[in-house]
Amino acid sequence: MGIRIIKGGMFTTVQDLGRTGCQDQGFHVCGVMDRRSFRIANLLLDNPENEAVLECTLIGPVIEFTSEMIIAIAGGDFRPKINDQPVPMYQALYVRKGDVLKLSSAVTGRTCYIAFSNYLQIPVVMGSRSTDTMSGIGGFKGRKLEDGDYIEERIKRRKYLPWFLSRKLDLHEFEEGRKTIRVIMGPQDHMFSYQGISSFLNGEYTVTGNFDRMGMRLEGPFIESRSGSDIISDGICAGAIQVPDHGKPIIMLADRQTTGGYAKIAAVASADLPKLVQSRISDRIHFRKISVEQAQSLIMQEQTEFQQMRDRIHQPCREVLDVRLTAKRMDRLFDGQ
Amino acid sequence: MNHSVSICPSGDSAILIQTEQTLDPANIAFIGAAASSIREARIIGITDLIPASCSLMVCYDPTVVSYRELKKQLESALTENTDSTAHVQRRFVIPAVYGGVYGPDLARIAEEKGLSCEEVISIHTSAYYPVYMIGFLPGFPYLGGLDERLHAKRLEEPRLKIPAGSIGIAGSQTGIYPMESPGGWNLIARTPVRIFDPSKKEPVLLRASDLVRFMPVSEKEFEMMEQAVRDGKDVCIEEKGDASWESGL
Repeated sequence: MGIRIIKGGMFTTVQDLGRTGCQDQGFHVCGVMDRRSFRIANLLLDNPENEAVLECTLIGPVIEFTSEMIIAIAGGDFRPKINDQPVPMYQALYVRKGDVLKLSSAVTGRTCYIAFSNYLQIPVVMGSRSTDTMSGIGGFKGRKLEDGDYIEERIKRRKYLPWFLSRKLDLHEFEEGRKTIRVIMGPQDHMFSYQGISSFLNGEYTVTGNFDRMGMRLEGPFIESRSGSDIISDGICAGAIQVPDHGKPIIMLADRQTTGGYAKIAAVASADLPKLVQSRISDRIHFRKISVEQAQSLIMQEQTEFQQMRDRIHQPCREVLDVRLTAKRMDRLFDGQ
Repeated sequence: MNHSVSICPSGDSAILIQTEQTLDPANIAFIGAAASSIREARIIGITDLIPASCSLMVCYDPTVVSYRELKKQLESALTENTDSTAHVQRRFVIPAVYGGVYGPDLARIAEEKGLSCEEVISIHTSAYYPVYMIGFLPGFPYLGGLDERLHAKRLEEPRLKIPAGSIGIAGSQTGIYPMESPGGWNLIARTPVRIFDPSKKEPVLLRASDLVRFMPVSEKEFEMMEQAVRDGKDVCIEEKGDASWESGL
């Protein structure tokens, strides 16, 4: 029992927080592009923080459930429907055997995440269930999902969650077309001229179609280096902003290589990566410099925010507790309506 | 510790430890020793170490340890650094077909350097290259010690698709693409050897500090070897016995 992929969508993969600990052998981290939405999807179901989900990109999949379970969808708005009835994002949804979930194309954002209360039966490869499509390892057969694929559920126990009606969040993220992305400068910012740094921090950059799980290329003012931007290859972190000699930024994302030889002018603050990866083509981006300490305090703030979300969904539903509302509803029942 | 290093942030979840930025065997030895002393220190919050030829990236979870705390702990781990232990270097001979569709940049490199294609091939195949690091892709070896006459800048506009087995040059390094991928190296040859094979128990062929030599083969030999690889045979030779590489070939 589990889920059958009726239509795979554009690029649907199994992902968790990624394959860490073996980057020294050249294995890419991979994992979800938008960690915030991923966390929220799992949080709505009280799943473990690193439970594998389906990441959908631009055009979502159609999925048939072969057993009952609870799911939650978070991230860009893919206009989800269950059995052709619209269902909300950011809410625990009960699905029965035979139900069909259909995601359309993204109306806001670029990726969304489907979490499952019964988890996905995906083998752990080198510590992670994430799909590395470039190396062909992890996830479902090391590749994106195709029509007709079938994924088993890993457990059967969770057909009910306490405070079920409270498990929803009112979030409207990724709607703006002009974004400020905070960055930590370095490690090779000294390789760029004063002019170059100034264009980078004051210019407006636009998101191009060269945008996938590996990285995104931006178009905008030329970033001048002092004397070329080749370096002796070194490690690349998530969100590292490389500037090759063509002077345009390339931001390294989930499927990035572990090392690279172009100078990195800065790195995107982790707290702003979700907003960045949910960008759409021709969205405008401004970079703003912050310190590493500020960036880390943003991460801690987000941790607090997640805890508040957890508290919010872990309480009895107000509507149910309201005596008058309940009485009104019962009234209608007695009237035979 | 007599090496001068700099420690700086690389984003909010990684720290970059850098030696002097030169491809010096002493730096590689130092990075190796630094990585093992950091592993031994068992610092909480570290998620990954990425050693390179003159830098070591330490990835960490900032919800567990902050940049300042970790920097302090790394500094003290590095001062207690011990010498790198000597270990046996493995030697591999990698067959490769040069030029044409297999090495689309060979002719241009030769022209830029004022050499004939044959000279470029003979220079490239007449040295053992130490593996400086594995990175960029699973199993991608960065090979140091490239003859100065062949040094070449990376492509200004990286290619979007490079076939597996392609052998390239970037700066003072040469390398082999383990799988189809984008990349900015100048491509001069291609090998039928699969240096990354996920179906194998040890998917990555080469390790840091191995020695690699290239052996020129004809297009026909290349095709035969490719077929042999498809049939599950090894076409890469591991040289055993005394090293003759130090005295040259």
